[in-house]
Amino acid sequence: MKNKSLVSIDDYTKEDYLRILDKAAYFEANPVQNILTGKVVATLFFEPSTRTRLSFESAVNKLGGKIIGFTDASSSSVQKGESLKDTIKTVANYSDLIVMRHPIEGSARYASEVSKVPVVNAGDGANQHPTQTLLDMYSIRKTQGKLEDLNIFLVGDLKYGRTVHSLLMAMSHFNPTFNFISPESLKMPKEYKLFLEKKGIKYYEHEDFTEYIKEADIVYMTRVQKERFSDPIEYEKVKDVYILRNEMLEGTKDNLRVLHPLPRVNEINVDVDNNPKAYYFDQALNGVYTRQAIISSILDL
Amino acid sequence: MNSDKKELRVNAIKNGTVIDHIPANDLFKVIKILGLQNITNTMTLGTNLESKTQGKKAIIKIAELFFENDDIDRIALAAPNAKLNIIKDYVVIEKRKVQVPDKVIGIAKCVNPKCITNFEDNIVTKFTVVDKEHIALKCHYCEKITNKENLRLQ
Ligand SMILES: Nc1ncnc2c1ncn2[C@@H]1O[C@H](COP(=O)(O)OP(=O)(O)OP(=O)(O)O)[C@@H](O)[C@H]1O
Ligand SMILES: [Mg+2]
Ligand SMILES: [Zn+2]
Repeated sequence: MKNKSLVSIDDYTKEDYLRILDKAAYFEANPVQNILTGKVVATLFFEPSTRTRLSFESAVNKLGGKIIGFTDASSSSVQKGESLKDTIKTVANYSDLIVMRHPIEGSARYASEVSKVPVVNAGDGANQHPTQTLLDMYSIRKTQGKLEDLNIFLVGDLKYGRTVHSLLMAMSHFNPTFNFISPESLKMPKEYKLFLEKKGIKYYEHEDFTEYIKEADIVYMTRVQKERFSDPIEYEKVKDVYILRNEMLEGTKDNLRVLHPLPRVNEINVDVDNNPKAYYFDQALNGVYTRQAIISSILDL
Repeated sequence: MNSDKKELRVNAIKNGTVIDHIPANDLFKVIKILGLQNITNTMTLGTNLESKTQGKKAIIKIAELFFENDDIDRIALAAPNAKLNIIKDYVVIEKRKVQVPDKVIGIAKCVNPKCITNFEDNIVTKFTVVDKEHIALKCHYCEKITNKENLRLQ
């Protein structure tokens, strides 16, 4: 197989997800390995994303590999007007795997088609960020002991939030129930709801937090961004509705865990941080194991 | 039906293809999709003709030209009800409705302004047709949907 790129969460089957998660568990138990010795991983960040980049670089370092790349487009040849195709073809000569973050949607699929080495999509605009989804799934399985039959609450910007869309698609293999909490203008798009209906998966929509949260196994928080609102008054009206506070977790299930792709602004109040149900910082650490699993499985190691 | 006869008399072709039941508004899209602006065959275009079934229709008659199957199906994006009439010796010997294809390659433009296909030169667009009835195309690259209403040609 010439190209085993990971561009979109749909590139993987249910079996692939489980294989990656098992491998991630192995790396959590044995984080330092020298299986990437002599390999070069290029991290091309056409748009800065410190968190994601560090997580990938940490994963490569723990596996004994070397890293080349750039951390934002201004320090790359893109600045001189080079096409994406030319950049990728050149970098593919110097590396065994390319990790790419790019603001333009579809750039990762295109890069995977012109590259002779596999490409891992570390986010292409509002489109896909599959390694985030896999680390979310890893966090869910680790905290719940299973992926099946969970009640998952997705909160915040459900319209533009790519992480919630990918998570919805991936978790749809495991008979979930979904609860969507969002302002009217940022509701889950119709195409995803139709998809769930076709698969016979139950979902409920709410405009604010209610007693229902007592049934949640997972609460997945996202940021409601001001830029998403054409009307600033509308933003002012809703901005505090989607903030999770510690008192709201009273009476919730013991196994409930709160997830967030980070960075957070104010949508999870800091008073939640010390609650044992807050899981977002551990979630970020799981990202390293998951990326170790993804890189090593793509390179057949 | 009278007008049909008149039209036939004036524009009769011996051998060739008649593409009928094109929505009048989409005639030029069909011409562009098939690249008819570049051919030298005798060709008659009729537009804003009354149609019993679809408002104003357009028709294209091309002498000595016969299309391959999937070649013609590309026009289904613009003219999903178009009918192809193969003419031999002045008579219609075969009639075929166009079929909306499963994949659309190198014809349509992605509606998403942030799609790589609208940024980098020389990318051939690719779409999966996710709704054949209303025409909805899912971009192979950015995964966004382009509908018939916002369909532009590449
Ligand atoms: N020899 C010909 N030269 C040019 N045009 C022709 C010729 N024969 C038929 N046509 C045109 O081809 C189209 C189809 O012809 P046909 O006789 O099947 O009409 P129809 O019964 O109205 O078909 P439909 O049900 O598809 O509308 C008509 O628009 C007709 O004018
Ligand atoms: Mg007729
Ligand atoms: Zn696109």
